[in-house]
Amino acid sequence: MRTQMMTRTREPGQAAGGTAIEIGHLRKAYGALVAVDDVSFSVAEGEIFGILGPNGAGKTTTVECAVGLRSPDAGTIRLMGLDPRTDRDRIREIVGVQLQQSAFPAKLRVGEILREFRSFYRDPSDVTDLVEALGLAGKLPAYYRSLSGGQRQRLSVALALIGRPKIAVLDEMTTGLDPQARRDAWQLIEGIRAGGVTIVLVTHFMEEAERLCDRVALFDSGRIVALDTPAGLAARARGGKTVRFLPSAPFDDRLLTEIPGVTRVEHEGQHVIVTGTGELVNAVILALHAAGLAALDVQLDTSSLEDAFVRLTGTHLHQEGEQS
Amino acid sequence: MTAFVIARPRAPRAAFGQIVLNEARLAWRQPAGLIVGIGISVGLLVIFGEVPVFRQSSGGLGGLSPFDVYIPILITFAIGVIALMYLPGPLVSYREQGILRRLSTTPVPASWVLAGQLVVQACLMLVAVFVLLLVSIVFFGAGAPKNPGGLILALVLSIAALFTIGLAIAAVAWTTSAARGIMAGTFYPLMFFAGLWYPVQLLPGALQAISHFSPLGAAVQAMQDSMDTGFPPATPLLVLAGYALVFGFLAKRFFRWE
Repeated sequence: MRTQMMTRTREPGQAAGGTAIEIGHLRKAYGALVAVDDVSFSVAEGEIFGILGPNGAGKTTTVECAVGLRSPDAGTIRLMGLDPRTDRDRIREIVGVQLQQSAFPAKLRVGEILREFRSFYRDPSDVTDLVEALGLAGKLPAYYRSLSGGQRQRLSVALALIGRPKIAVLDEMTTGLDPQARRDAWQLIEGIRAGGVTIVLVTHFMEEAERLCDRVALFDSGRIVALDTPAGLAARARGGKTVRFLPSAPFDDRLLTEIPGVTRVEHEGQHVIVTGTGELVNAVILALHAAGLAALDVQLDTSSLEDAFVRLTGTHLHQEGEQS
Repeated sequence: MTAFVIARPRAPRAAFGQIVLNEARLAWRQPAGLIVGIGISVGLLVIFGEVPVFRQSSGGLGGLSPFDVYIPILITFAIGVIALMYLPGPLVSYREQGILRRLSTTPVPASWVLAGQLVVQACLMLVAVFVLLLVSIVFFGAGAPKNPGGLILALVLSIAALFTIGLAIAAVAWTTSAARGIMAGTFYPLMFFAGLWYPVQLLPGALQAISHFSPLGAAVQAMQDSMDTGFPPATPLLVLAGYALVFGFLAKRFFRWE
Protein backbone atom coordinates (compact mmCIF):
# COMPACT_ATOMS: atom_id res chain seq x y z
CA MET A 1 0.00 0.00 0.00
CA ARG A 2 2.72 2.36 0.99
CA THR A 3 4.83 1.36 -1.99
CA GLN A 4 1.95 2.10 -4.28
CA MET A 5 1.64 5.55 -2.81
CA MET A 6 5.34 6.18 -3.16
CA THR A 7 5.42 5.08 -6.77
CA ARG A 8 2.93 7.76 -7.55
CA THR A 9 4.64 10.44 -5.57
CA ARG A 10 4.42 13.83 -7.21
CA GLU A 11 6.46 16.51 -5.61
CA PRO A 12 4.63 19.58 -4.38
CA GLY A 13 4.49 22.53 -6.72
CA GLN A 14 7.88 24.16 -6.83
CA ALA A 15 8.02 27.62 -5.38
CA ALA A 16 10.14 30.53 -6.61
CA GLY A 17 12.36 29.87 -9.59
CA GLY A 18 11.09 27.96 -12.58
CA THR A 19 11.23 24.33 -13.45
CA ALA A 20 14.57 23.33 -14.91
CA ILE A 21 13.70 19.79 -15.92
CA GLU A 22 10.32 18.25 -16.58
CA ILE A 23 10.12 14.57 -17.46
CA GLY A 24 6.71 13.08 -18.14
CA HIS A 25 5.88 9.40 -18.60
CA LEU A 26 9.27 8.56 -20.07
CA ARG A 27 9.59 5.11 -21.56
CA LYS A 28 12.50 3.44 -23.29
CA ALA A 29 12.89 -0.20 -24.24
CA TYR A 30 15.81 -2.02 -25.81
CA GLY A 31 14.10 -4.82 -27.64
CA ALA A 32 12.15 -6.77 -25.05
CA LEU A 33 13.95 -5.13 -22.13
CA VAL A 34 12.09 -2.14 -20.78
CA ALA A 35 14.87 0.02 -19.36
CA VAL A 36 12.71 2.96 -18.32
CA ASP A 37 9.01 2.52 -17.67
CA ASP A 38 6.71 5.49 -17.13
CA VAL A 39 9.14 7.73 -15.29
CA SER A 40 7.97 11.23 -14.37
CA PHE A 41 9.67 13.86 -12.27
CA SER A 42 10.55 17.51 -12.34
CA VAL A 43 13.54 19.39 -11.04
CA ALA A 44 13.39 22.98 -9.86
CA GLU A 45 15.98 25.53 -10.94
CA GLY A 46 18.94 25.50 -8.59
CA GLU A 47 18.05 22.14 -7.14
CA ILE A 48 20.43 19.22 -6.69
CA PHE A 49 18.40 16.25 -7.75
CA GLY A 50 19.68 12.76 -7.05
CA ILE A 51 18.95 9.68 -9.11
CA LEU A 52 19.73 6.67 -7.00
CA GLY A 53 19.34 3.00 -7.68
CA PRO A 54 21.04 -0.32 -8.34
CA ASN A 55 22.76 -1.15 -11.62
CA GLY A 56 20.32 -1.64 -14.44
CA ALA A 57 17.60 0.37 -12.73
CA GLY A 58 17.34 2.74 -15.70
CA LYS A 59 19.17 5.72 -14.20
CA THR A 60 21.65 6.24 -17.02
CA THR A 61 19.06 5.61 -19.73
CA THR A 62 16.84 8.23 -18.13
CA VAL A 63 19.50 10.93 -18.08
CA GLU A 64 20.74 10.00 -21.55
CA CYS A 65 17.22 10.48 -22.87
CA ALA A 66 16.98 13.75 -20.96
CA VAL A 67 20.10 15.22 -22.53
CA GLY A 68 19.19 14.03 -26.01
CA LEU A 69 21.75 11.24 -26.36
CA ARG A 70 18.96 8.70 -26.74
CA SER A 71 15.48 9.13 -28.08
CA PRO A 72 12.77 7.77 -25.80
CA ASP A 73 9.98 5.56 -27.09
CA ALA A 74 7.40 7.69 -25.34
CA GLY A 75 7.09 10.58 -22.94
CA THR A 76 7.90 14.25 -22.79
CA ILE A 77 11.18 15.91 -21.85
CA ARG A 78 11.71 19.61 -21.26
CA LEU A 79 14.96 21.22 -20.18
CA MET A 80 14.47 24.90 -19.39
CA GLY A 81 11.36 24.55 -21.51
CA LEU A 82 13.27 23.09 -24.47
CA ASP A 83 12.68 19.72 -26.09
CA PRO A 84 15.95 17.84 -26.69
CA ARG A 85 14.53 16.37 -29.87
CA THR A 86 13.74 19.68 -31.53
CA ASP A 87 16.01 22.16 -29.73
CA ARG A 88 19.19 20.10 -29.62
CA ASP A 89 21.44 23.03 -30.41
CA ARG A 90 20.11 25.24 -27.63
CA ILE A 91 20.16 22.38 -25.17
CA ARG A 92 23.79 21.58 -25.91
CA GLU A 93 24.70 25.09 -24.88
CA ILE A 94 22.91 25.08 -21.56
CA VAL A 95 23.44 21.48 -20.45
CA GLY A 96 26.83 20.16 -19.36
CA VAL A 97 27.12 16.40 -19.32
CA GLN A 98 29.52 14.06 -17.62
CA LEU A 99 29.06 10.62 -19.11
CA GLN A 100 29.74 7.48 -17.18
CA GLN A 101 32.15 6.13 -19.75
CA SER A 102 34.18 8.65 -21.57
CA ALA A 103 37.83 8.80 -22.45
CA PHE A 104 40.00 11.26 -24.29
CA PRO A 105 43.00 10.81 -26.58
CA ALA A 106 45.89 9.39 -24.57
CA LYS A 107 48.44 11.79 -25.97
CA LEU A 108 46.63 15.04 -25.37
CA ARG A 109 47.52 17.10 -22.33
CA VAL A 110 44.92 18.02 -19.74
CA GLY A 111 45.26 21.73 -20.55
CA GLU A 112 44.85 21.06 -24.27
CA ILE A 113 41.67 19.07 -23.75
CA LEU A 114 40.26 21.77 -21.46
CA ARG A 115 41.09 24.56 -23.90
CA GLU A 116 39.51 22.63 -26.77
CA PHE A 117 36.25 22.12 -24.86
CA ARG A 118 36.36 25.70 -23.63
CA SER A 119 36.37 26.90 -27.23
CA PHE A 120 33.06 25.11 -27.85
CA TYR A 121 31.11 27.56 -25.70
CA ARG A 122 30.42 31.24 -26.06
CA ASP A 123 30.68 32.17 -22.40
CA PRO A 124 32.93 29.53 -20.85
CA SER A 125 34.35 29.58 -17.36
CA ASP A 126 37.98 30.15 -16.57
CA VAL A 127 40.22 27.09 -16.90
CA THR A 128 42.40 28.15 -13.97
CA ASP A 129 39.49 28.50 -11.54
CA LEU A 130 38.00 25.20 -12.58
CA VAL A 131 41.17 23.11 -12.31
CA GLU A 132 41.90 24.81 -9.02
CA ALA A 133 38.51 23.79 -7.65
CA LEU A 134 38.91 20.24 -8.93
CA GLY A 135 42.47 19.80 -7.72
CA LEU A 136 43.86 19.42 -11.22
CA ALA A 137 45.91 22.60 -11.28
CA GLY A 138 49.23 20.77 -11.25
CA LYS A 139 48.05 18.37 -13.93
CA LEU A 140 47.56 20.82 -16.81
CA PRO A 141 50.75 19.74 -18.61
CA ALA A 142 50.13 16.01 -17.99
CA TYR A 143 49.13 13.65 -20.77
CA TYR A 144 45.66 12.21 -20.39
CA ARG A 145 47.05 8.66 -20.33
CA SER A 146 49.18 9.48 -17.28
CA LEU A 147 46.16 10.48 -15.17
CA SER A 148 44.82 8.22 -12.45
CA GLY A 149 41.21 7.08 -12.59
CA GLY A 150 40.21 9.73 -10.10
CA GLN A 151 41.97 12.48 -12.02
CA ARG A 152 40.29 11.41 -15.27
CA GLN A 153 36.99 11.52 -13.45
CA ARG A 154 37.67 15.04 -12.22
CA LEU A 155 38.70 16.16 -15.70
CA SER A 156 35.45 14.76 -16.99
CA VAL A 157 33.53 16.78 -14.39
CA ALA A 158 35.55 19.88 -15.32
CA LEU A 159 34.61 19.41 -18.98
CA ALA A 160 30.95 19.12 -18.04
CA LEU A 161 31.14 22.45 -16.21
CA ILE A 162 33.45 24.44 -18.47
CA GLY A 163 30.65 25.86 -20.60
CA ARG A 164 28.91 27.42 -17.58
CA PRO A 165 25.84 25.21 -18.03
CA LYS A 166 22.45 26.02 -16.54
CA ILE A 167 21.94 22.31 -15.97
CA ALA A 168 24.77 19.90 -15.15
CA VAL A 169 24.13 16.18 -15.47
CA LEU A 170 26.76 14.17 -13.64
CA ASP A 171 26.64 10.41 -14.04
CA GLU A 172 28.58 8.61 -11.31
CA MET A 173 30.67 11.68 -10.70
CA THR A 174 32.62 10.38 -7.71
CA THR A 175 33.01 6.75 -8.69
CA GLY A 176 36.69 5.91 -8.44
CA LEU A 177 37.57 8.90 -6.28
CA ASP A 178 39.24 8.48 -2.92
CA PRO A 179 37.32 9.83 0.08
CA GLN A 180 39.19 13.14 0.19
CA ALA A 181 38.73 13.76 -3.54
CA ARG A 182 35.09 12.84 -3.16
CA ARG A 183 34.59 15.42 -0.44
CA ASP A 184 36.36 18.01 -2.60
CA ALA A 185 34.06 17.18 -5.48
CA TRP A 186 31.04 17.57 -3.21
CA GLN A 187 32.25 20.96 -2.15
CA LEU A 188 32.65 21.92 -5.78
CA ILE A 189 29.11 20.78 -6.57
CA GLU A 190 27.74 22.81 -3.69
CA GLY A 191 29.67 25.81 -4.94
CA ILE A 192 28.27 25.40 -8.44
CA ARG A 193 24.76 25.11 -7.14
CA ALA A 194 25.30 28.27 -5.14
CA GLY A 195 25.85 29.89 -8.53
CA GLY A 196 22.32 28.87 -9.54
CA VAL A 197 23.12 25.78 -11.58
CA THR A 198 20.63 22.93 -11.51
CA ILE A 199 22.38 19.63 -10.93
CA VAL A 200 21.25 16.11 -11.67
CA LEU A 201 23.42 13.63 -9.86
CA VAL A 202 23.28 9.97 -10.81
CA THR A 203 24.88 8.00 -8.04
CA HIS A 204 24.90 4.82 -6.07
CA PHE A 205 26.59 6.39 -3.06
CA MET A 206 24.05 6.95 -0.32
CA GLU A 207 26.35 9.26 1.55
CA GLU A 208 26.68 11.43 -1.52
CA ALA A 209 22.94 11.64 -2.06
CA GLU A 210 22.33 12.40 1.62
CA ARG A 211 24.98 15.07 1.74
CA LEU A 212 24.23 16.83 -1.55
CA CYS A 213 20.75 16.21 -2.83
CA ASP A 214 17.69 18.28 -2.11
CA ARG A 215 15.55 15.45 -3.37
CA VAL A 216 16.24 11.92 -4.47
CA ALA A 217 14.42 9.70 -6.92
CA LEU A 218 14.91 6.07 -6.07
CA PHE A 219 14.98 3.95 -9.22
CA ASP A 220 14.37 0.25 -9.40
CA SER A 221 13.63 -1.89 -12.47
CA GLY A 222 13.06 1.12 -14.69
CA ARG A 223 10.62 2.86 -12.35
CA ILE A 224 10.77 5.48 -9.67
CA VAL A 225 9.85 3.66 -6.47
CA ALA A 226 10.16 6.72 -4.24
CA LEU A 227 10.82 10.41 -4.59
CA ASP A 228 11.44 12.60 -1.59
CA THR A 229 14.09 14.46 0.36
CA PRO A 230 16.81 12.14 1.66
CA ALA A 231 15.52 12.63 5.22
CA GLY A 232 11.94 12.10 4.11
CA LEU A 233 12.82 8.87 2.36
CA ALA A 234 14.71 7.60 5.36
CA ALA A 235 11.86 8.48 7.72
CA ARG A 236 9.32 6.86 5.45
CA ALA A 237 11.30 3.69 5.15
CA ARG A 238 11.61 3.23 8.90
CA GLY A 239 8.39 4.83 9.87
CA GLY A 240 10.35 7.30 11.98
CA LYS A 241 13.30 7.37 14.36
CA THR A 242 14.66 4.54 16.39
CA VAL A 243 15.85 4.54 20.00
CA ARG A 244 17.96 1.66 21.20
CA PHE A 245 18.72 1.16 24.89
CA LEU A 246 19.50 -1.31 27.63
CA PRO A 247 16.80 -1.28 30.35
CA SER A 248 17.95 -1.49 33.98
CA ALA A 249 15.36 -4.24 34.55
CA PRO A 250 12.83 -6.20 32.45
CA PHE A 251 9.49 -4.48 31.87
CA ASP A 252 6.19 -4.92 30.08
CA ASP A 253 6.30 -3.70 26.43
CA ARG A 254 2.93 -2.03 26.90
CA LEU A 255 4.68 0.60 29.00
CA LEU A 256 6.18 1.91 25.77
CA THR A 257 3.64 0.93 23.10
CA GLU A 258 1.10 3.09 24.90
CA ILE A 259 3.20 6.21 24.31
CA PRO A 260 1.66 8.30 21.50
CA GLY A 261 3.90 8.22 18.43
CA VAL A 262 5.55 4.86 19.18
CA THR A 263 4.90 2.43 16.37
CA ARG A 264 6.95 -0.59 17.33
CA VAL A 265 8.89 -2.12 20.22
CA GLU A 266 11.40 -4.85 19.49
CA HIS A 267 13.98 -6.79 21.51
CA GLU A 268 17.47 -7.54 20.37
CA GLY A 269 19.20 -9.59 23.02
CA GLN A 270 18.96 -7.48 26.17
CA HIS A 271 18.51 -4.29 24.16
CA VAL A 272 15.18 -2.78 23.34
CA ILE A 273 14.54 -0.98 20.08
CA VAL A 274 11.68 1.50 19.94
CA THR A 275 10.52 2.96 16.65
CA GLY A 276 8.34 6.03 16.45
CA THR A 277 8.02 9.70 15.71
CA GLY A 278 8.16 12.95 17.66
CA GLU A 279 10.31 13.52 20.75
CA LEU A 280 10.94 9.81 21.01
CA VAL A 281 13.94 9.76 23.37
CA ASN A 282 12.37 12.03 25.94
CA ALA A 283 9.06 10.17 25.86
CA VAL A 284 10.74 6.78 26.31
CA ILE A 285 13.03 7.92 29.14
CA LEU A 286 10.20 9.67 30.97
CA ALA A 287 7.93 6.61 30.73
CA LEU A 288 10.70 4.33 32.02
CA HIS A 289 11.56 6.74 34.80
CA ALA A 290 7.92 6.89 35.88
CA ALA A 291 8.01 3.08 36.20
CA GLY A 292 11.21 3.27 38.28
CA LEU A 293 13.46 2.07 35.47
CA ALA A 294 16.51 3.57 33.84
CA ALA A 295 17.58 3.44 30.21
CA LEU A 296 21.27 2.72 29.79
CA ASP A 297 23.46 2.94 26.69
CA VAL A 298 20.87 5.01 24.81
CA GLN A 299 21.41 5.38 21.07
CA LEU A 300 19.25 7.43 18.77
CA ASP A 301 19.30 6.08 15.27
CA THR A 302 17.88 8.30 12.62
CA SER A 303 17.64 5.83 9.83
CA SER A 304 19.75 6.55 6.80
CA LEU A 305 18.98 6.73 3.15
CA GLU A 306 20.76 3.44 2.86
CA ASP A 307 18.08 1.83 5.02
CA ALA A 308 15.46 3.46 2.85
CA PHE A 309 17.11 2.14 -0.25
CA VAL A 310 17.31 -1.44 0.97
CA ARG A 311 13.83 -1.29 2.37
CA LEU A 312 12.12 0.37 -0.57
CA THR A 313 13.77 -1.56 -3.35
CA GLY A 314 13.56 -4.73 -1.30
CA THR A 315 9.86 -4.22 -0.67
CA HIS A 316 9.33 -3.45 -4.28
CA LEU A 317 11.06 -6.56 -5.52
CA HIS A 318 9.30 -8.67 -2.91
CA GLN A 319 5.91 -7.40 -4.04
CA GLU A 320 6.62 -8.20 -7.64
CA GLY A 321 7.56 -11.72 -6.61
CA GLU A 322 4.24 -12.12 -4.85
CA GLN A 323 2.29 -10.91 -7.84
CA SER A 324 3.83 -13.32 -10.32
CA MET B 1 33.00 15.42 -48.45
CA THR B 2 31.22 18.55 -47.37
CA ALA B 3 28.33 16.33 -46.40
CA PHE B 4 30.28 15.56 -43.22
CA VAL B 5 30.87 19.15 -42.29
CA ILE B 6 27.44 20.48 -41.58
CA ALA B 7 28.12 23.66 -39.70
CA ARG B 8 25.82 24.51 -36.84
CA PRO B 9 25.68 28.24 -36.46
CA ARG B 10 25.81 28.13 -32.67
CA ALA B 11 29.25 26.60 -32.21
CA PRO B 12 31.99 29.23 -32.12
CA ARG B 13 34.24 29.24 -35.18
CA ALA B 14 37.35 29.20 -33.02
CA ALA B 15 36.38 25.71 -31.87
CA PHE B 16 37.33 24.25 -35.23
CA GLY B 17 40.79 25.79 -34.96
CA GLN B 18 41.24 24.22 -31.52
CA ILE B 19 40.12 20.85 -32.84
CA VAL B 20 42.54 21.02 -35.77
CA LEU B 21 45.31 22.10 -33.42
CA ASN B 22 44.77 19.14 -31.11
CA GLU B 23 44.49 16.70 -34.01
CA ALA B 24 47.75 18.07 -35.37
CA ARG B 25 49.37 17.60 -31.95
CA LEU B 26 48.16 14.01 -31.89
CA ALA B 27 49.55 13.38 -35.38
CA TRP B 28 52.88 14.83 -34.25
CA ARG B 29 52.98 12.83 -31.01
CA GLN B 30 51.96 9.58 -32.67
CA PRO B 31 54.07 9.99 -35.77
CA ALA B 32 53.53 6.58 -37.38
CA GLY B 33 51.54 8.19 -40.18
CA LEU B 34 54.20 10.82 -40.66
CA ILE B 35 57.03 8.30 -40.68
CA VAL B 36 55.40 5.75 -42.95
CA GLY B 37 53.54 8.17 -45.20
CA ILE B 38 56.34 10.61 -45.76
CA GLY B 39 59.47 8.80 -44.57
CA ILE B 40 59.07 5.53 -46.44
CA SER B 41 57.91 7.07 -49.69
CA VAL B 42 60.75 9.61 -49.73
CA GLY B 43 63.21 6.90 -48.65
CA LEU B 44 62.14 4.64 -51.51
CA LEU B 45 62.38 7.55 -53.95
CA VAL B 46 65.95 8.23 -52.87
CA ILE B 47 66.91 4.55 -53.13
CA PHE B 48 65.37 4.20 -56.60
CA GLY B 49 67.08 7.43 -57.64
CA GLU B 50 70.45 6.04 -56.58
CA VAL B 51 70.09 2.86 -58.70
CA PRO B 52 71.58 3.70 -62.13
CA VAL B 53 69.40 1.21 -64.06
CA PHE B 54 66.30 2.91 -62.71
CA ARG B 55 67.31 6.17 -64.33
CA GLN B 56 67.50 4.74 -67.90
CA SER B 57 64.45 5.07 -70.07
CA SER B 58 62.87 1.80 -71.04
CA GLY B 59 60.86 0.86 -74.14
CA GLY B 60 58.47 -1.30 -72.10
CA LEU B 61 57.58 1.73 -69.98
CA GLY B 62 56.78 3.92 -72.98
CA GLY B 63 60.11 5.71 -72.98
CA LEU B 64 60.03 6.52 -69.28
CA SER B 65 62.63 5.42 -66.78
CA PRO B 66 61.58 3.23 -63.85
CA PHE B 67 62.38 6.21 -61.65
CA ASP B 68 59.91 8.39 -63.56
CA VAL B 69 57.30 5.66 -63.27
CA TYR B 70 57.81 5.42 -59.54
CA ILE B 71 57.28 9.10 -58.73
CA PRO B 72 53.46 9.01 -59.07
CA ILE B 73 53.40 5.52 -57.51
CA LEU B 74 55.20 6.79 -54.42
CA ILE B 75 52.97 9.87 -54.27
CA THR B 76 49.99 7.53 -54.38
CA PHE B 77 51.62 5.33 -51.74
CA ALA B 78 52.02 8.32 -49.41
CA ILE B 79 48.41 9.44 -49.89
CA GLY B 80 47.11 5.90 -49.66
CA VAL B 81 49.00 5.05 -46.46
CA ILE B 82 47.68 8.15 -44.74
CA ALA B 83 44.09 7.80 -45.96
CA LEU B 84 43.72 4.06 -45.59
CA MET B 85 46.14 3.16 -42.79
CA TYR B 86 46.06 6.22 -40.53
CA LEU B 87 42.68 7.86 -41.00
CA PRO B 88 40.21 5.13 -40.00
CA GLY B 89 42.07 3.93 -36.88
CA PRO B 90 41.77 7.05 -34.72
CA LEU B 91 38.19 7.65 -35.83
CA VAL B 92 37.16 4.15 -34.86
CA SER B 93 38.96 4.44 -31.53
CA TYR B 94 37.28 7.81 -30.91
CA ARG B 95 33.97 6.09 -31.39
CA GLU B 96 35.06 3.12 -29.27
CA GLN B 97 36.19 5.34 -26.40
CA GLY B 98 33.02 7.43 -26.48
CA ILE B 99 34.82 10.60 -27.55
CA LEU B 100 32.43 11.21 -30.46
CA ARG B 101 29.50 10.60 -28.13
CA ARG B 102 30.87 13.01 -25.54
CA LEU B 103 31.35 15.65 -28.23
CA SER B 104 27.79 15.24 -29.40
CA THR B 105 26.65 16.63 -26.03
CA THR B 106 28.51 19.90 -26.70
CA PRO B 107 27.51 22.70 -29.07
CA VAL B 108 30.15 21.39 -31.47
CA PRO B 109 29.01 18.61 -33.80
CA ALA B 110 31.11 15.45 -33.56
CA SER B 111 31.61 15.70 -37.32
CA TRP B 112 33.98 18.62 -36.67
CA VAL B 113 36.52 16.20 -35.20
CA LEU B 114 36.25 14.13 -38.31
CA ALA B 115 36.71 17.22 -40.44
CA GLY B 116 39.64 18.28 -38.26
CA GLN B 117 41.34 14.95 -38.86
CA LEU B 118 40.77 15.25 -42.60
CA VAL B 119 42.39 18.70 -42.57
CA VAL B 120 45.44 17.44 -40.68
CA GLN B 121 45.80 14.31 -42.83
CA ALA B 122 45.36 16.31 -46.03
CA CYS B 123 48.16 18.63 -44.89
CA LEU B 124 50.39 15.61 -44.25
CA MET B 125 49.59 14.34 -47.73
CA LEU B 126 50.42 17.66 -49.35
CA VAL B 127 53.72 17.82 -47.47
CA ALA B 128 54.52 14.30 -48.70
CA VAL B 129 53.65 15.21 -52.30
CA PHE B 130 55.68 18.39 -52.13
CA VAL B 131 58.74 16.67 -50.68
CA LEU B 132 58.56 13.83 -53.22
CA LEU B 133 58.31 16.22 -56.18
CA LEU B 134 61.02 18.48 -54.79
CA VAL B 135 63.49 15.64 -54.16
CA SER B 136 62.86 14.03 -57.56
CA ILE B 137 63.30 17.31 -59.43
CA VAL B 138 66.15 18.87 -57.44
CA PHE B 139 68.25 15.80 -56.66
CA PHE B 140 67.43 13.39 -59.45
CA GLY B 141 66.76 15.69 -62.38
CA ALA B 142 63.19 14.62 -63.01
CA GLY B 143 61.32 17.07 -65.22
CA ALA B 144 58.81 19.45 -63.68
CA PRO B 145 55.21 18.23 -64.11
CA LYS B 146 54.06 18.92 -67.68
CA ASN B 147 50.60 19.93 -66.61
CA PRO B 148 50.53 21.24 -63.01
CA GLY B 149 46.80 22.02 -63.22
CA GLY B 150 46.09 18.46 -64.31
CA LEU B 151 48.32 17.15 -61.51
CA ILE B 152 46.49 19.22 -58.90
CA LEU B 153 43.15 17.99 -60.20
CA ALA B 154 44.41 14.42 -60.17
CA LEU B 155 45.69 14.91 -56.60
CA VAL B 156 42.45 16.41 -55.35
CA LEU B 157 40.36 13.62 -56.87
CA SER B 158 42.77 10.96 -55.57
CA ILE B 159 42.70 12.38 -52.06
CA ALA B 160 38.90 12.63 -52.16
CA ALA B 161 38.53 9.04 -53.38
CA LEU B 162 40.93 7.67 -50.76
CA PHE B 163 39.48 9.71 -47.90
CA THR B 164 35.98 8.46 -48.64
CA ILE B 165 37.24 4.87 -48.80
CA GLY B 166 39.01 5.40 -45.47
CA LEU B 167 35.86 6.90 -43.96
CA ALA B 168 33.76 4.04 -45.27
CA ILE B 169 36.16 1.63 -43.52
CA ALA B 170 35.80 3.67 -40.33
CA ALA B 171 32.03 3.50 -40.79
CA VAL B 172 31.80 -0.29 -40.97
CA ALA B 173 34.67 -1.29 -38.66
CA TRP B 174 33.34 -1.68 -35.13
CA THR B 175 36.63 -2.06 -33.34
CA THR B 176 40.05 -0.57 -33.82
CA SER B 177 41.54 -3.98 -34.55
CA ALA B 178 38.84 -4.71 -37.13
CA ALA B 179 39.63 -1.39 -38.76
CA ARG B 180 43.32 -2.26 -38.79
CA GLY B 181 42.61 -5.60 -40.46
CA ILE B 182 40.35 -4.11 -43.11
CA MET B 183 42.86 -1.34 -43.77
CA ALA B 184 45.79 -3.70 -44.31
CA GLY B 185 43.63 -6.04 -46.38
CA THR B 186 42.57 -3.13 -48.58
CA PHE B 187 45.76 -1.15 -48.86
CA TYR B 188 48.29 -3.76 -50.00
CA PRO B 189 46.21 -5.27 -52.83
CA LEU B 190 45.35 -1.76 -53.98
CA MET B 191 49.04 -0.85 -53.96
CA PHE B 192 49.72 -3.89 -56.15
CA PHE B 193 47.36 -2.48 -58.76
CA ALA B 194 49.05 0.88 -58.39
CA GLY B 195 52.28 -0.80 -59.54
CA LEU B 196 54.27 -0.58 -56.31
CA TRP B 197 55.81 -4.04 -56.79
CA TYR B 198 55.62 -4.50 -60.55
CA PRO B 199 55.05 -1.93 -63.28
CA VAL B 200 51.42 -1.87 -64.38
CA GLN B 201 52.56 -1.37 -67.99
CA LEU B 202 54.09 -4.85 -67.92
CA LEU B 203 51.11 -6.64 -66.35
CA PRO B 204 48.85 -8.95 -68.45
CA GLY B 205 45.89 -7.17 -70.08
CA ALA B 206 43.23 -8.30 -67.61
CA LEU B 207 45.24 -7.14 -64.60
CA GLN B 208 46.01 -3.85 -66.35
CA ALA B 209 42.27 -3.31 -66.83
CA ILE B 210 41.64 -3.96 -63.14
CA SER B 211 44.43 -1.52 -62.31
CA HIS B 212 42.88 1.21 -64.44
CA PHE B 213 39.61 0.88 -62.58
CA SER B 214 41.14 0.50 -59.11
CA PRO B 215 41.36 3.69 -57.05
CA LEU B 216 45.12 3.70 -56.57
CA GLY B 217 45.72 2.52 -60.17
CA ALA B 218 43.58 5.34 -61.51
CA ALA B 219 45.36 7.81 -59.22
CA VAL B 220 48.78 6.71 -60.52
CA GLN B 221 47.60 6.88 -64.10
CA ALA B 222 46.10 10.35 -63.76
CA MET B 223 49.23 11.70 -62.06
CA GLN B 224 51.60 9.95 -64.43
CA ASP B 225 49.88 11.46 -67.45
CA SER B 226 49.76 14.95 -66.03
CA MET B 227 53.44 14.76 -65.11
CA ASP B 228 54.79 13.27 -68.35
CA THR B 229 52.27 14.01 -71.10
CA GLY B 230 49.69 16.67 -70.44
CA PHE B 231 46.17 16.95 -69.09
CA PRO B 232 45.14 13.51 -67.82
CA PRO B 233 42.55 11.54 -69.82
CA ALA B 234 38.97 11.44 -68.64
CA THR B 235 38.87 7.78 -67.64
CA PRO B 236 41.09 7.82 -64.51
CA LEU B 237 39.60 11.15 -63.40
CA LEU B 238 36.07 9.79 -63.75
CA VAL B 239 37.06 6.57 -61.98
CA LEU B 240 38.42 8.59 -59.05
CA ALA B 241 35.37 10.85 -58.94
CA GLY B 242 33.15 7.76 -59.06
CA TYR B 243 34.95 6.22 -56.06
CA ALA B 244 34.66 9.48 -54.14
CA LEU B 245 30.92 9.64 -54.80
CA VAL B 246 30.12 6.00 -54.09
CA PHE B 247 32.25 5.69 -50.96
CA GLY B 248 31.27 9.14 -49.79
CA PHE B 249 27.67 8.04 -49.95
CA LEU B 250 28.42 4.75 -48.19
CA ALA B 251 30.42 6.47 -45.46
CA LYS B 252 27.68 9.00 -44.87
CA ARG B 253 25.02 6.33 -44.94
CA PHE B 254 26.70 3.93 -42.53
CA PHE B 255 28.86 6.09 -40.27
CA ARG B 256 27.82 5.73 -36.64
CA TRP B 257 28.81 8.21 -33.99
CA GLU B 258 28.53 5.73 -31.13
